[in-house]
Amino acid sequence: MPGLFQQIQAGKLWDFHGGIHPPGRKEQTNQKPIAVLPIPDRLYLPLRQHIGVAGQLLVRVGERVLKGQQLTSAENSMAVPVHAPTSGTVLSITPHTSPHPSALPELTLVLEPDGLDEWRQREPLNFLTCDNMTLLSRIQDSGIAGMGGAGFPTHIKAGLTQPVDYLIINAVECEPYISADDLLMQEAATTIVKGIDILCRLLNPKAVLIGIEDDKPIAAAAMMAACSQREHYYVRLVPTKYPSGGEKQLIQLLTNKEVPNGRRPADIGIVMQNVGTAFAIAQAVLDDHPLLSRIVTVAGDTLNQPQNVLALLGTPVSALLDACGFQSQPQQRVIMGGPMMGFTLPDLSVPVVKTTNCILAPTAQELPAASTEMDCIRCSACADACPASLLPQQLLWYSKAKDSDKLQEYNLADCIECGACAYVCPSEIPLVQYYRVAKADIREQQREALKAEQAKARFETRNARLEQEKQERLQRNQQLAAARQQQQLASGANTAVADALARIKAKQAQAAPAEERSKEQILAERELKKQQAREHQQQKAEQQKAQQQATEQHSEPTEQTATTATTNSKAAAVAAAIARAQAKKAAQAAEQDATEQQLTPAPNTEKSPQAEVSTEADPRKAAIAAAIARAKAKQQAQTEHETGAVPATASTANKPAAGSDVVTAAEDPRKAAVAAALARAKAKKQANAEATEQTAASTPVTPEPDAVVTEDPRKAAITAALARAKARKQADSENS
Amino acid sequence: MSLLTALIALGTLALIFGAVLGYAAIRFKVESDPLVEQIDDVLPQTQCGQCGYPGCRPYAEAIANGDDINKCPPGGEATIRKLADLMGVEAKPLNEAQTENVKRVAYIREDECIGCTKCIQACPVDAIVGASKLMHTVLADECTGCDLCVAPCPVDCIDMIPVATTPERWKWDLAAIPVRMVE
Repeated sequence: MPGLFQQIQAGKLWDFHGGIHPPGRKEQTNQKPIAVLPIPDRLYLPLRQHIGVAGQLLVRVGERVLKGQQLTSAENSMAVPVHAPTSGTVLSITPHTSPHPSALPELTLVLEPDGLDEWRQREPLNFLTCDNMTLLSRIQDSGIAGMGGAGFPTHIKAGLTQPVDYLIINAVECEPYISADDLLMQEAATTIVKGIDILCRLLNPKAVLIGIEDDKPIAAAAMMAACSQREHYYVRLVPTKYPSGGEKQLIQLLTNKEVPNGRRPADIGIVMQNVGTAFAIAQAVLDDHPLLSRIVTVAGDTLNQPQNVLALLGTPVSALLDACGFQSQPQQRVIMGGPMMGFTLPDLSVPVVKTTNCILAPTAQELPAASTEMDCIRCSACADACPASLLPQQLLWYSKAKDSDKLQEYNLADCIECGACAYVCPSEIPLVQYYRVAKADIREQQREALKAEQAKARFETRNARLEQEKQERLQRNQQLAAARQQQQLASGANTAVADALARIKAKQAQAAPAEERSKEQILAERELKKQQAREHQQQKAEQQKAQQQATEQHSEPTEQTATTATTNSKAAAVAAAIARAQAKKAAQAAEQDATEQQLTPAPNTEKSPQAEVSTEADPRKAAIAAAIARAKAKQQAQTEHETGAVPATASTANKPAAGSDVVTAAEDPRKAAVAAALARAKAKKQANAEATEQTAASTPVTPEPDAVVTEDPRKAAITAALARAKARKQADSENS
Repeated sequence: MSLLTALIALGTLALIFGAVLGYAAIRFKVESDPLVEQIDDVLPQTQCGQCGYPGCRPYAEAIANGDDINKCPPGGEATIRKLADLMGVEAKPLNEAQTENVKRVAYIREDECIGCTKCIQACPVDAIVGASKLMHTVLADECTGCDLCVAPCPVDCIDMIPVATTPERWKWDLAAIPVRMVE
């Protein structure tokens, strides 16, 4: 099995999937010499005639330009300049109908030729002696873009740094009617080969493959003759089939290699150039003749003399047709490009541009208008014809459904829009048009998505920036404030503002202590008032005590007389009275204790009275003092318990307690206060109790407690409580 | 016996898969809500706020939390359809109060601009350049057509101009260019 290169050398050809065989109709033009068109009245030069971006304008309206003068500059690598095809004056630079299917107006320079055809200074290069960069910049500056139809800037393809195995020169020209490349090869094969030499110099390929369809025998012979001196140039005659001139199809035909999806031929070491491009390169380098004109096939049955013409770029289509004897018919269509891939022109002022290879003016019989589209019958003829091995039916459904995801899944991007599917369709569905629409939609979506991404990025960046600025401002303000403070501290109040600030500060400082002082004063006043109130209460309690004692003395004369009789001294009587009073108090406490026990079943008899005190202690001011007192009393009671001096009777227990209270009162003012509070509370309670007792005085139950107290304080308490409850009931009933 | 074997085998399998799934749930835990990201990708990122939220991402979050999908006029029907697919809900027509607008960009009538910088502050994508008391202008390529700069302008010198179709953006018109066939 010989290697691929050997096979190619041996002249082996492969085939690609699908393809159609439409009638060629090239005999209309391919036997006639190229006619040179006279310079027209006006030249319309769109500033962008290729794929990429337009250059910057170099001339102004009214300026005289010479033939070959650059009208735009090409600063961008995707830009190629436009040149003045002849000498003349720039009439205007305005939007003009573009040679594009959309026919949308594009910026166009209108040149009025002066008929002198005066050249600018020309500097031919010797491509054998100059370096690659010079050659490439010459190719770019000469405005050369792919002349096969796509219009890709040639200097980019020719300036590839990747190693190139095969340079393929595309001279297939498979579309019906078109014979421009055929005629070019017939007439200028030598120049073309020089152009190929320059490309070889730049790309350094292993072999040059020149693909020519076998329906162009004269051109093929001319090329073979021109290439006879170059041993690695191979002229290959490929069978006539549409679309073997497609880039990927021709690569497959000549090398059996397939360009992967989404890649370029350069990725598999292949560069393809149109034969017209090679000619233009040779002219540009060897003659310093930029791309000013091109050969255009003007064909169609409405023309008297269909032929190939050498037309200056910018020549209106009408001038070409007139030169070929155009007989306009009703509903005449003029197509730019071939019958398969061309587009109908909206008017005849559209100019010839770098990619225009054919102007077709057919009669209605020759090229009938599309009839009504019918439903798909699933015959799969389109799938058989598709040179890209796609599934046109599926693509049609998804195109109609605008399902871009599925379309991409079915590799719509690989469609070369050759129109073979529409040509074979028995239902006359314009399949390729659907794909074009879908492709445009997808492109638009991708553009939108890209824009959305950019907008998002910008939005997020802006938000981040605003946030950062905010933080910085905050920080700066803080720093400034700190600095100001420091300055004030360091140099006092220097400036007026600082003065004012300092004054305000001082004022505030003055105001603050005053307030504080006043607070303290208030507190002190409150304390004082409390103290006064306490004293007042104490006095009151003492008064009440005294009254009580007095009443007791009066109410219990028998007892008193008994005791006083034995002692027979005043002091003894007083002491006895005090003792009695305390005994009574203790009894009353026990009484209350009992009621408390009824309400709350607390087992600790010692604790309860104090709790009672707290609940009954009406004056709020004394509440805290009372609480402390309670705590103290409790402690005391507990200590008493612990010391084992469990009081047999309430009176004996209270007596030493009161005594100790009196003793400690002299020693400790706190304890005294506590004792006082206790006393007050007790006094109050007593007063209350007295009031109730007085109301229940008529009942015989009242004297009883006093007697029982001595035996058992608990039992006494219970009985007392019972008695009280009865008394209250009685009082209630009496009241009601 | 065979029943027991089957039970043991299946039980073991269940345990193994459970362990694997449990581990995967921890190991491959997704931090953020991927749904919000997906919705945000679908939205046109004009940041116009016409949905009632301050930007596209907040609206994406709202949709993820169950808000209506038909509140985005710049996205139009296409966006609603995509959101419907993504969310598994029925595509609704665009909110009645909102009208789908043609793609537009802001344009400042420069001789009327007083240089107040208010539109610059309003622009969510920094597409307006200018300085205080100097003329402002819109970067048409960056403008998302959100309308947010129109209201703040004190002299009403901002117009929203429909984007002109260029040959690159042009969509093939099926009616205008019927396919021609060679007999």
